[in-house]
Amino acid sequence: MSAAVNAPAVALPAVALKDVRKSYGPLEVLKGVSFDVAPGEVVAIIGASGSGKSTALRCINGLESIQAGSIEVCGHHVGTQRSDAELRALRQDVGIVFQSYNLFPHLTVEQNVTLAPRRVKRIGNAAAKDLARACLAQVGLAEKADSYPEQLSGGQQQRVAIARSLAMQPKVMLFDEVTSALDPHLTGEVLRVMEKLARDGMTMITVTHEMGFARRVANRTIFMRDGLVWEVGGAEMFAAPRTPELQSFLGSEL
Amino acid sequence: MDIVFNWSYFGYLLYGAMWTLVLSACAFVLGGAAGFLVMLARTAQSRLIRQIALVYVEIIQGTPLLVLLFIAYFGLGVFGIEVPPLVAAAISLMINASAFLGEIWKGCVEAVPRTQREAAECLALTRWQAFVDVILPQAARIATPPTVGFMVQMLKNTSLASVVGFVELTRAAQVINNSTIQPFLVFGIAGTMYFVLCYPLTAWSRSLERTLNVGRR
Ligand SMILES: Nc1ncnc2c1ncn2[C@@H]1O[C@H](COP(=O)(O)OP(=O)(O)O)[C@@H](O)[C@H]1O
Ligand SMILES: [Mg+2]
Repeated sequence: MSAAVNAPAVALPAVALKDVRKSYGPLEVLKGVSFDVAPGEVVAIIGASGSGKSTALRCINGLESIQAGSIEVCGHHVGTQRSDAELRALRQDVGIVFQSYNLFPHLTVEQNVTLAPRRVKRIGNAAAKDLARACLAQVGLAEKADSYPEQLSGGQQQRVAIARSLAMQPKVMLFDEVTSALDPHLTGEVLRVMEKLARDGMTMITVTHEMGFARRVANRTIFMRDGLVWEVGGAEMFAAPRTPELQSFLGSEL
Repeated sequence: MDIVFNWSYFGYLLYGAMWTLVLSACAFVLGGAAGFLVMLARTAQSRLIRQIALVYVEIIQGTPLLVLLFIAYFGLGVFGIEVPPLVAAAISLMINASAFLGEIWKGCVEAVPRTQREAAECLALTRWQAFVDVILPQAARIATPPTVGFMVQMLKNTSLASVVGFVELTRAAQVINNSTIQPFLVFGIAGTMYFVLCYPLTAWSRSLERTLNVGRR
């Protein structure tokens, strides 16, 4: 039996940033940021406040325009120019969850989850209900479908926000300090949902202050400092940082 | 022999009050529709459209309603366009309301946190879908008390239509007073009728404000 001569599958990166530069007026926030994220990979971004972590995420899903460089996300090319239609196509493949949940307060949990699939993918009522049930079950909140966001705890609201993103069946999920606004006893339930998502193969980029989560769940961690990727590594990086800046950052986070 | 106030005069006041209501309703429906367009223009993406709408709002807000009414009634007459008093009054109230409601509603749309639009657009909704499904329902809730407050103002402003001879409540009272010369009685009754028309709106607005302050729903 002859072995099939298969070329090794070249996995294109799900997300690739090349020399991305972003300024707010005179303030340069991203000073040439480059990194790749492979399909199914979980990447954590850590760094001091103001180092450009949120801005990097916001550039990836087109919330901010960039001045130079390029971003490639699931086959969507993002240069310095892009149309609204291109942005919407990109955002169908990239979900983002924010620190402040940003649920729609006038809609029930189920309506929050189904709004985008109904409007953007034009799915019908029955399909939307099934989808909501499945996505809410994924975050352990199936029984809250008819509640309003204000009736939920912060941890539950954040899990609904995750379900709302998942309902669009994104290929990549971005998380921006999703547990930072939560009481410490509520962070666990959100982190567990994210961990399960990671195990199920979701490509994830998560900005986080949870060093334990980054070390345990992320395949790689990116340390950003002053608008630059300062150091990249696996879990071993936390025990043996190469740069004194990461060492002192990790020291301050303890 | 003196002519004294009697029930048939009261009936005439009621008739006037009915036309006050009709005029108010027309003005509110037309003004609300125009105000919605003004609000859209004031929050448009295009800077030019926003600027044009701003100029419109400033001109209208700076013009007395009575002047608008004279323009609509006498001004169009100059061009040989015969405008019935009701129509002139409705048009001038509509234009006046469009500027004020447009500005009130613009404020309400902008009071919805920016992050709501962002969250909607991150879910691949178009700008318009985000506006209709996410921004508008929340803005409407904020807008209800000031809008009802404006309706009360407008209902009272319809009395200006009396100067072009439209028989609404104030004009009816004037006509009666011309023969009875009982101003305190006649205008007292007319004032009470205005109160009866406005009070439910004011009370409604106040209760809305209370429920809105308690919870979001
Ligand atoms: N919309 C904005 N306008 C101006 N400056 C901004 C804006 N957003 C962020 N910045 C600035 O960019 C820098 C990086 O911000 P951010 O990406 O939020 O950092 P991080 O998420 O790492 O804390 C900060 O100095 C911040 O003040
Ligand atoms: Mg941030």
